[in-house]
Parts: sequence; C-alpha cells; structure tokens
Amino acid sequence: MDLLIFQAPILMVQALMDGILLGILFALIAYGMALQWGVMNIINIAQGELVILGGYIAYTMYLMGIHPAFGVIVSPIIMFFIGWILYKLVICRVVDRDLFISILATFGISILTQQLMNFVFGADVVVAQSNFGTTMLFDGSVTLPNSKIFSAFVSIIFAIGLVMYMKKSKLGRAIRATAQNARAAKILGVDTEKVYAATFGINAALCGVAGALISITFTLHPYVGLPYTVRSFMIVIIAGLGNLPGVALSGMGLGVFEEFADYILGTEFRIGSVFLLLVLILVYRRFKLSRKREYLK
Amino acid sequence: MKKNIILYSALLVFGLVAPFLFPAFKLQISFMWILVILALTWDVQGGQMGYNSFGNILFFGIGMYVCAGVQIGMFFPLAEWTASGGEKTFIHTPPQYFQGFFIGLILAGIVPAVVAATIGYGILGLRGHYFAICTLGLGIAAGEIAGGIELIGAGQGMTTPPWPKGIGDTELRSEFFYYLCFVLMVATFVFLRWAYQTRFGLVLNAIRDNEDKAEAMGIHTMRYKIIGWVVSAFFVGIAGGLMGNMVGYIEPTEIAFAGATYGVFMVLMAILGGKGTLWGPVIGAIIFHIFKEGFWIFFLGWQYVALGMLIVIIVVFFPEGIMGWLREKYPEKFGEVIDEADRKAQVELK
Repeated sequence: MDLLIFQAPILMVQALMDGILLGILFALIAYGMALQWGVMNIINIAQGELVILGGYIAYTMYLMGIHPAFGVIVSPIIMFFIGWILYKLVICRVVDRDLFISILATFGISILTQQLMNFVFGADVVVAQSNFGTTMLFDGSVTLPNSKIFSAFVSIIFAIGLVMYMKKSKLGRAIRATAQNARAAKILGVDTEKVYAATFGINAALCGVAGALISITFTLHPYVGLPYTVRSFMIVIIAGLGNLPGVALSGMGLGVFEEFADYILGTEFRIGSVFLLLVLILVYRRFKLSRKREYLK
Repeated sequence: MKKNIILYSALLVFGLVAPFLFPAFKLQISFMWILVILALTWDVQGGQMGYNSFGNILFFGIGMYVCAGVQIGMFFPLAEWTASGGEKTFIHTPPQYFQGFFIGLILAGIVPAVVAATIGYGILGLRGHYFAICTLGLGIAAGEIAGGIELIGAGQGMTTPPWPKGIGDTELRSEFFYYLCFVLMVATFVFLRWAYQTRFGLVLNAIRDNEDKAEAMGIHTMRYKIIGWVVSAFFVGIAGGLMGNMVGYIEPTEIAFAGATYGVFMVLMAILGGKGTLWGPVIGAIIFHIFKEGFWIFFLGWQYVALGMLIVIIVVFFPEGIMGWLREKYPEKFGEVIDEADRKAQVELK
C-alpha cells in the first residue's frame, strides 16, 4: 500500500483535478449509454469497444499526419455510420426481446470488435501525441496536461450540444417521444425503427468523440473496452435514467474515486476496484430499494 | 422408462470406454466433461431459476486457486512455491500428492459454496439485467484482484503440483483426470436430475416464471435462490480445482477467472442446447466443444472472431436452443398433450 498521498497532501489536489477531468469524459460515455438504455431498453456491453474503436480512428488520422484533435470531428461521423450498420445488422433483431438476449448479443459484438481491432491495429498500447503541453498549478506541484483540459472542454460542448439538439430538433423530439411510449409514438406517426437506428448511431458517435479524446489523453489498447462499459453503466445507475446533471456529477465522482484508488491501493488494483465498486453499488441499491418496499407495505 | 435406462447405460459405457476408443483425444474429452459441468451448473440459475449470471466463473477460479493452494500449502510454504516460478524446487511424493489433491478438491467445492452463500443474500436480490451486470463485474473484479496478490503469483500465475514420479507415465495421469472429470460430470448430472424432480426444482421454476407470485404463495424465494447458487458454486468449484490440475498452470485472467472465454461459454452452451432443460446443457456443451475445436484448428488466429460471431448468431437466431426447437417440433415426446383444435386455432391466428 502506498500512502504517499497522505504524506504529501498536494497529491490529493492532483488526484482531485485528474479525477474531475477524467470524470467528465466518463460522463459523456455514460450519457450515450443512458440515451440508448432509455430509448431502446438495451444495455450495450459493446459500448467500451465503440469508444476504443473511435479512439483508433483518431489514432489512424494521427498516423496519417493529421493532428489527432481533429479526430473529435471525424471520428463521430464515421462512428455514427458504424452504429447505424450495427443496428441494422444485429440490434434491430434484439430490441423487443428479453434484456438478457441483448446483453449477450452485445457481448458477442464486443468480443468480435476487440478481436478485429487486435488484427487491424495490433495488440500494442498506443497513444496519439497531441503536443498540447501542460499547465502548472501551485508552483508546479500540480501538473495538468492541456490535452485533458481540452478533452473535458470538448466533452462539455458535445454534451450541451446534444441536449440542445434533443430539445429543439424534430428528430430529438421523436426520440424523446419514443422513449416515453414507443407504441403511442408509432401510432402518432413516428417511424420508431428509424428513431432506434438514429439513437444507436448517436450513441456510437458520442463514443467516437470520447474515444478520440481518450486517444490523446490516455492510451488505447484493443482489450480495455469493458471497463469503460462498466463505468458508464455504473454512472447511469447512480444517477438514474434521464437525470443529466446527475450523470455529470456521478461521472466526476467516479473519476475522483478512481484516481484516489490508484494512489492508495496501487495501479494494479485500479480496474479491480472499479468493478468491485460496481458490485457494491448494486448491492447497496438493492438493500435501499428493498427497504423502501417494506416501508410501502 | 425402459428406453431411458438403455440410453443412460449406453452413454455410461461410452464414457467409460472412451479413453480407450479415442486415446488421442483423452484430454479433449476430459475438457468436454468439464464444459458439460459448467453448462449444467449455469443452467441451475440461468435456465431453471431465470437468473442469468455471468459470474459463475468466480467460483471456478476460486475453486482452482483453493485446490492448488491447499495441495501446495499442506506440505510446502506457498509463497516460496509461487516465487520459485517454473523451477521445481519442491516435489510431492505420491501419497502427499493424492492426499493433497483429495482434500484440495473437497475444499475447492466447499469454499466457493460458502462464498456463494455469503454474497448471495446481497446479490440475488437484484433482478434481471442488474443481476447480469453485477455478476459480470464480480467475475472480472475477482480476476483483477487475484492478479494483484503476490501470494498466489499475481499476474504471472502459479503452477500446480506436477504428477508425482514413480507411479506411472503421463498416460496414467490423463486417464486419472479423465475418470475424475467423468465421475464428477455424472455426479452433477444425477444430482441435478434428482433435484429438479423434488420440490426444489419446482420452486426454482416458480421463481423463474413469477417470483413475486411465488413469494406471495409463501415460498421463501431468497432461501431457494441461495441454495440454487450454492449448489452450482459447489460443483463449479470442484470442476475448477480439477481443471487447474489438469492444465498444470493457473493464470488469473486467462484460465482461472476467464470471464471472456469460459464465463461466456457456459452461458452460450446452455442457450445453444436449450436453457431450462436437463439435457439441453449437456447436448449444447458437447456440440459447442466439437465446433469450438473445429474453429480452433481451421481458423487459427481468427477463433475469437468466429466465437463473437457465433455468440451473436446463436443468441439472435436460436434463443430457444436445440431442446426448445425439438420441443416445438415434437411436443408429444416431451409429455405435453396438445389439443388439436387449440393448435389449429393458433395456426390460423398466425
């Protein structure tokens, strides 16, 4: 156990800032998950793989000599079409079925995507250099890479943009109507099939943005997708479906938790602690809900 | 009934003589029995109880580590064993080996069962997809945590005790493990066959069909859910202990807590064969194993791509499984009485 963090309290500030910047990124992914969960009632295990795939698109641009930050624009466009195709191929067949079927089917997609990425991009850990430099705070005792600040900024812009789009546009209204009551929306002339496809595409596009940001701030590897899925699932559970400020807050909370777990328990337990936290939160939620049920009786 | 006895004894005889009929595939067939156990025990919750778990691999891994840990720890210091890595500085004598193995296997069943009973109260209260995701997280968390513990070899893993010298060659070793796997498989099958015929089986099915109603009828559903989980943890744990010794090497995320391979295989096999039936998981596991080995040989390097596609295809197009399909086709064989008029009316409705 490394207790350096208690000997040097300035590290706490570092962990806190890192955690918040990281958490905003998580919240963006979780927002996509909440969207498709709310609209289509599907839990997409392949969410993390979509993120990593979006990251690899930005990384490919970097290899071609384009600055990876432009991946933030290109990656969502490509990912939107990938999401659309995925919907037409697989997801449309599992939408109305048992939730377990959709979980298992997306699990299959996740394994498939991992392996294909492994073949195409190799099993090495890669990172796209953004050369953004770093910002020093408190006389250089807290260092923040500008790429992280940039990624948090872009995430916020995309999240706000999407919220506005959902509120104002026609498609956004159709999506919200379908989420409320798919059958009634169908009767009133909404093409729900198209809405579902668009929702899945938008979710994939959000994953593309997040992936492009991850490619410049963190590292990419074909097999690290699942933790992103679990994180976004966790954030959505804590916040509750349709609670957008909650998603942002719990995303930041998770980011801070992770950074502190990293410092206190050590990096090798970082992912393990995320998964363990998921289990604990679910169990806590179950006891809380059961208490409520007894109270209602 | 008489036909059934002939069928069962034929299968039993086949299982007993298989290592002599196909000596080259001894190890493969032993793996197949392990997979059958995994599918059968997954089906206890997944099929019969309606609780789709992705985390039964947790008990598999715990069983594996407990068995190996007991085998080594009974006679030698465990930390030095794992630190020495591949070099065999400690050697078990034959009596030590079998003694340790026997006690290890028993504990490999009991410890996961106790773990299941302890965490069961918290986790089995979750419903539907929350349960599925929670168990998925549990399995992966266990793998990550095991990969961080130095005593059991951390990420490098540990070796299990090698077959003791002086009592026979590797042929004897593979026959020994073959029969252990086969006996365990038969024991699991017979136990579950008996259990499904008792009140326990009825309660499990009642929980699957409508848990709230079952609870309203006065059944302690939580108690039965935990018992169901403990039963499957027990058998999976022993299977894990056997598997660890058979492979001879334990590694946290690829072998012990292999959520992406065995953890999904067990779900897939049960679904392929038809979940909620006794024979479904067995048939599913056998077919799946044969197909998988085919993939591994012909699509070397692409096997996981093929696996991912297989998962999607099975789940999307055959969610009822082979037994479900047979049941639809020949309902009379399953003891279901069909009202012809009713059937006609349903066909017309379609």
